[in-house]
Amino acid sequence: MLAAPRLPPLRAHWPLLTLATVLAAGLAAPLATGAAAPGFYLEVLLGGLMSGVLYSLVALGLVLIYKSSGVYNFAQGAMVLLAALATARLSEVMPLPAAIGAALLMMVALAWLVERLVLRPLINQSPMAVFMATLGILYFIEGFGQLVLGNDIYKVDLGLPKDPVIVAQRWFEGGVLISPEDLVAAGIAAALVAVLALFFQRTATGCALRAVADDQQAGQAIGIPLGRIWFIVWSVAGFVALVAGLVWGSKLGVQFSLAEVALKALPVVILGGLTSVPGAIVGGLIIGVGEKMAEVFLSPVLASGLGVAGGGVENWFAYVLALLFLLVRPEGLFGERNIERV
Amino acid sequence: MPPDLQAALATCTADPRRQAALEVRDVSLSFGGVQALDAVSFDVVEHEVRSIIGPNGAGKSSMLNVINGLYEPQRGQIWLRGRRFDRMLPHLAARLGIARTFQGLALFGRMSVLDNIMAGRNLRMRTGLLAQALRIGPAEREEIEHRRVAEEIIDFLEIQAHRRTPVGQLSYGLQKRVDLGRALAMEPSILLLDEPTAGMNLEEKQDMCRFILAANDEFGTTIVLIEHDMGVVMDISDRVVVLDHGRKIGDGTPEQVRNDRAVIDAYLGVAHDSADDPSPPVPLRRAAPGVDG
Amino acid sequence: MLYRENGQFKTSYRADQQLLPIAQDRWLMLGLLAFAYLGLPVLASEFVIRALIVPCLILAIAAIGLNILVGYCGQISLGAAAFMGAGAYAAYNLAVRLPGLNFLVVLVLAGLAAAAVGIAFGVPSLRIKGLYLAVATLAAQFLLDWLFSHVKWLTHDSPSGSVSTATIELFGLPLQSPLRKYFLVLTVVCVLALVAKNLVRSHTGRAWMAIRDMDLAAEVIGIRPLHAKLSAFAVSSFYAGIAGALWGFVHLGSWEPAAFDIGLSFNLLFMVIIGGMGSILGSFFGAAFIVLLPLMLNQAPRWLGIPISTAAQSNLESMIFGSLIVFFLIAEPQGLASLWAKGRQKLRIWPFPH
Repeated sequence: MLAAPRLPPLRAHWPLLTLATVLAAGLAAPLATGAAAPGFYLEVLLGGLMSGVLYSLVALGLVLIYKSSGVYNFAQGAMVLLAALATARLSEVMPLPAAIGAALLMMVALAWLVERLVLRPLINQSPMAVFMATLGILYFIEGFGQLVLGNDIYKVDLGLPKDPVIVAQRWFEGGVLISPEDLVAAGIAAALVAVLALFFQRTATGCALRAVADDQQAGQAIGIPLGRIWFIVWSVAGFVALVAGLVWGSKLGVQFSLAEVALKALPVVILGGLTSVPGAIVGGLIIGVGEKMAEVFLSPVLASGLGVAGGGVENWFAYVLALLFLLVRPEGLFGERNIERV
Repeated sequence: MPPDLQAALATCTADPRRQAALEVRDVSLSFGGVQALDAVSFDVVEHEVRSIIGPNGAGKSSMLNVINGLYEPQRGQIWLRGRRFDRMLPHLAARLGIARTFQGLALFGRMSVLDNIMAGRNLRMRTGLLAQALRIGPAEREEIEHRRVAEEIIDFLEIQAHRRTPVGQLSYGLQKRVDLGRALAMEPSILLLDEPTAGMNLEEKQDMCRFILAANDEFGTTIVLIEHDMGVVMDISDRVVVLDHGRKIGDGTPEQVRNDRAVIDAYLGVAHDSADDPSPPVPLRRAAPGVDG
Repeated sequence: MLYRENGQFKTSYRADQQLLPIAQDRWLMLGLLAFAYLGLPVLASEFVIRALIVPCLILAIAAIGLNILVGYCGQISLGAAAFMGAGAYAAYNLAVRLPGLNFLVVLVLAGLAAAAVGIAFGVPSLRIKGLYLAVATLAAQFLLDWLFSHVKWLTHDSPSGSVSTATIELFGLPLQSPLRKYFLVLTVVCVLALVAKNLVRSHTGRAWMAIRDMDLAAEVIGIRPLHAKLSAFAVSSFYAGIAGALWGFVHLGSWEPAAFDIGLSFNLLFMVIIGGMGSILGSFFGAAFIVLLPLMLNQAPRWLGIPISTAAQSNLESMIFGSLIVFFLIAEPQGLASLWAKGRQKLRIWPFPH
């Protein structure tokens, strides 16, 4: 089926523009109506950006795997948890760099197992089947991780400065609270994105990965070693998960709920586009900001307007936002249009 | 025939004995930079067998896709018995009596042969959800009535032994028959066949041609088919359209097209005089089956 | 020898299209029903009925619904539990606001309410499929979770959405004992299973399967994807709604929104995958499996003499679930139902090997 919509070209973009306008209006509303002090607004905004960076880190691993194998790895969040757990527990008995190295080895071993036991037998099965297999992997990792490494909340101490800093006291009353930890996280994320983007565009392996994602059989036919490729990809995804786990763990502490929150990486990649590395960042930021803003500013509106108890908007906002985006732009902001030929 | 179509028919000025069932007017289609069809026009008369031939990439499958609404052309219209359609949609086409088969076999792999053919009857099955849920009188009767029709088609195509087999497990030749059966189950007035004999040996081709001609004779179905096998084309077609690089380069009876200069240059190759050389004319660039644009 | 169909020739389409065309199957079904209604109440303890059989049956209803959507129509849904919750809260509202209403009517209305919600969240499926649809159903899951715990009207102003139900009365008879509840659930299950079987072999069912196998071709033969997908969502949610109402009223008695969380959604999906996608019988197998497994894990340490803490137990459960999902997807994609079918095939030709 031709990918071009049946709408004439001029009107083709109106749904996206409408959605963007509504969102922008929502974003500006608290400032415009004076419901929030500018300083506070900025804090919420920055807090949203920072949590967005965390989401992006998880989403990067997702995009990596999807871009190379067409598989959506539902277990990415669990991998983040596992990596963080491993580092946290191991750092109790060895110095942090060694713990990180050991955790990385563990993720590589996991990648090998996944490729051998799950991906290889499922070659050429439908993407739905592999997606559900990753659901199985999710459950397995969660159970295994906690069984072997423990159920409590653990700490990961990266030596980052934890105390928030107050800046811009001249421009905003009371200044704006920024956490240096978050800035470091943002820096790490940016660096990872740059490295990954370069990897996919410039290296031969990256090219092979993209080829395989497009057509597994064709890739095999020209001699691309699928098994090895997938092992590499899942290892790199494991590495990305480790970085994400460390940053998150350092900020929030390592606990089970990490995996649940990581479910939100799905709306992030939907927004950004499943095959886009920069999209993962943009999507993460949009979701992070949107969520925080909605939680802080939308909840009271809902509470007073609809007789609704306050709070909890964070739980669903990301998904509803992704859903709206899906309806107006299914391939995401930076994703590729899927063309089906008959 | 629905009253509105009847009325449209009455206003047509053409010779009623050679009423155009389908007319393609000035259709142009492009994908990005590729021009798949370029101002193609031809008509298909009621009850005839019309073949579309041409080298690979000529736009033959695209033409069928335009006719039944899978592709939307940038310019041009489809006229169905005097009714004009600037934009056709797949299920509208089905409703209007256009059925088709696909080059790559678009069968429902996990359903049985019988279910696939019954699926073709879905258009005509009207009972509501509740009646089906409880399987009360009208639902059961409708199911049996349509089962009867499906079984007739299964008899016609000689696939009784396989009626409960999931079609994904059948051989290619049998699958093509099921594809045809499902299209016939729609009781179409126009049947679009995309390379119905591709990948078949001589016997299977003869069987398929027999079915196609029987559909044309017994049910009066107008047939438009894409074919690469010139033997089949010359044997069963009433008229032929030749496409090359998206343009029409020939239109007429098989004899006229076979001897047309442009067609010979583009596709068929030089025709030998049968007195000097007993072998039949060979297409210059014989297309591999199953590859088309 | 025993299971041969020899001599059972069908001379009419009506006979051929029966639900159970083989005579032996009919006897088997009669036997099963007799056992369920007469034998089980005598043989099984009240505990087994209350803690094992009734939840298994109720979840089987939800699994059938999910199977219709995922297995027959090929749409993905990660929010089945939310539709169960919709049914449960709808039933609660009906029972509390219209106390005179017959419980069976309450069930049907709860199902219809859930179906309406299902249709609303199914609308995106017209434009998106696969993974993207998963997001839409996740949105349903989390949004409904939030609605149940925050919108007071939905929960009749109860704090944080926790509600509690009174004893069900059916035609003047209070359903106090586990046995009476069992009969109610069993009857509902039988009726709904029959309806599901009827639907999947009707033209609606064929439309669903056509959409699953190749939606483009389905459109070409005149099936409207709109109708087919939305009807799948509607029927699936109807079943989920009834299951949810039964789950809340019969099994739980009182519940809070977390009773219908994403964990339950995943469990339902596992039931469908392990039991067999595209099989009504498979839904029963899957439900039984998912209900029995934690119980076996609970008892196993005792049998083996190894003590396991509850935390370790739930972790082991996760690991086993996960591995089994992967195992079934690789080895037996059609689930336990296809194992059953293969067993039956062997039985048909027994004692010959092939």
